[in-house]
Amino acid sequence: MSVAEERAALASRRWRVGVLALQGDVREHVAVLGMLGVEPVVVRTPDDTGRLDALVIPGGESTTMSLLLRSSGLEPAVRQMVRDGLPMLGTCAGMILLAKEVLDGRPDQISFAAIDVVVRRNGFGRQVRSFETDLDVKGLDEPMHAVFIRPPVVESVGPGVDVLAEVDVPGSPGERRPVVCRQGNVVVSSFHPELSGDGRLHAELLSRVEGD
Amino acid sequence: MSTQDGERELDSRSEHRTGTARVKRGLAEMLRGGVIMDVVDAEQAKIAEDAGAVAVMALERVPADIRRDGGVARMSDPALVEGIQQAVTIPVMAKVRIGHFAEAQVLEALEVDYIDESEVLTPADEEHHIDKWSFQVPFVCGATNLGEALRRISEGAALIRSKGEAGTGNVVEAVRHLRSILGDMRKITTADSAERYAWAKRLQAPIELVEEIAEAGHLPVPLFCAGGLATPADAALVMQLGAEAVFVGSGIFKSADPARRALAIVEATAHFEDASIVAKVSRGLGEAMPGKEISSLEVKLADRGW
Repeated sequence: MSVAEERAALASRRWRVGVLALQGDVREHVAVLGMLGVEPVVVRTPDDTGRLDALVIPGGESTTMSLLLRSSGLEPAVRQMVRDGLPMLGTCAGMILLAKEVLDGRPDQISFAAIDVVVRRNGFGRQVRSFETDLDVKGLDEPMHAVFIRPPVVESVGPGVDVLAEVDVPGSPGERRPVVCRQGNVVVSSFHPELSGDGRLHAELLSRVEGD
Repeated sequence: MSTQDGERELDSRSEHRTGTARVKRGLAEMLRGGVIMDVVDAEQAKIAEDAGAVAVMALERVPADIRRDGGVARMSDPALVEGIQQAVTIPVMAKVRIGHFAEAQVLEALEVDYIDESEVLTPADEEHHIDKWSFQVPFVCGATNLGEALRRISEGAALIRSKGEAGTGNVVEAVRHLRSILGDMRKITTADSAERYAWAKRLQAPIELVEEIAEAGHLPVPLFCAGGLATPADAALVMQLGAEAVFVGSGIFKSADPARRALAIVEATAHFEDASIVAKVSRGLGEAMPGKEISSLEVKLADRGW
């Protein structure tokens, strides 16, 4: 555990950090938060959303999560969290849901517009193009091991968005795309730090709660 | 597995590693809590996506029809697979015959997202399964018990599903397979080091995988349920037993109102522990697919695979 992670672990025990648990790799996010000393709230219905300090939206299928956000009645609750400026972390499908605009999505899929980025679903292609690599992330001492699964590609970022990491586009020498972005209290990544058990973006999320 | 990964080609500039065990299993992790639906054309694929499927399985005939028609069941026409790939944005899987690595090469060339080496099709090899490590595309394989699951994983499967008895609308075999796999895993977690060797021998599986289960308490790859699911309550049942996602084959498009039933099964899978939601979505779905008693079957598909 890094120093930042240990600090977060000490301070975070009393926080209510939600993990949207309609579909996807919920268990890995719960495990990473547990490593940081947080016992997360698993969010499946509006009854689970009371007094949350932060929300994690996991990887999975963004169109399925969109549909279940509507059918479960969670969509307005999450929109309210966005308006309240709640700290949020979204990985892969979570990035798609938190983005301002989605290309190559379904016309009816939800965009919470919590961060001013435009993303393209499956921007690197189908599963045979999924990959893992090591990335330097701004503010972190050691590189992150990044697992990309049919990842969204960031097409453009708005003026208030910090790009914390970029990746080389496979097959296009010299071309790089943002893969970790932050705006205010919202952090999104195209890849899955939770799949390699890396808690540093989650620690960053928790530091935002501390900031409140 | 690390030796297998080591053979992968490295992108010299940025070291993007494709087709690794982690990348293959990663897609299965992303499907957890979801429903993968059998579809035979682009129109059904759209209905499945509209209903919230996390992926579709492209095939020419659903298992109930394969069972009825008899004859040799093979990989689907590539044109059909491509039509479905163009119709939806979610992952597309497709089936190959057990041991038929050339069919698998064709599906890899089509860039399907997952290959199901499936007992639902007529086996092409009565002794060998495909060496799945030699592919970039991940494989899912069926299993009736833990030994079969571990043999498939040792051959490179990145996802295991129960076989159940496809095309019957009868969940009893899927329940048997899940209980067998999960029950044996629970016993292995309490086995001492000597007993682990006995388990490896009994299961005819590599000791390394038995050790991995003993330490982790679960398979090294996700475990989904397939075979005979027809209702939202069937999905809730197998999810509570420990399946991490469900495949629904004939159960949706052989029912009276496929779109509504598909949506209901998606909601029941997501909220499998909330009986009030399962009750709500189960109301007024119309006729489920007609089911079959297992004892009345001439061919048991689950017996295929070695």
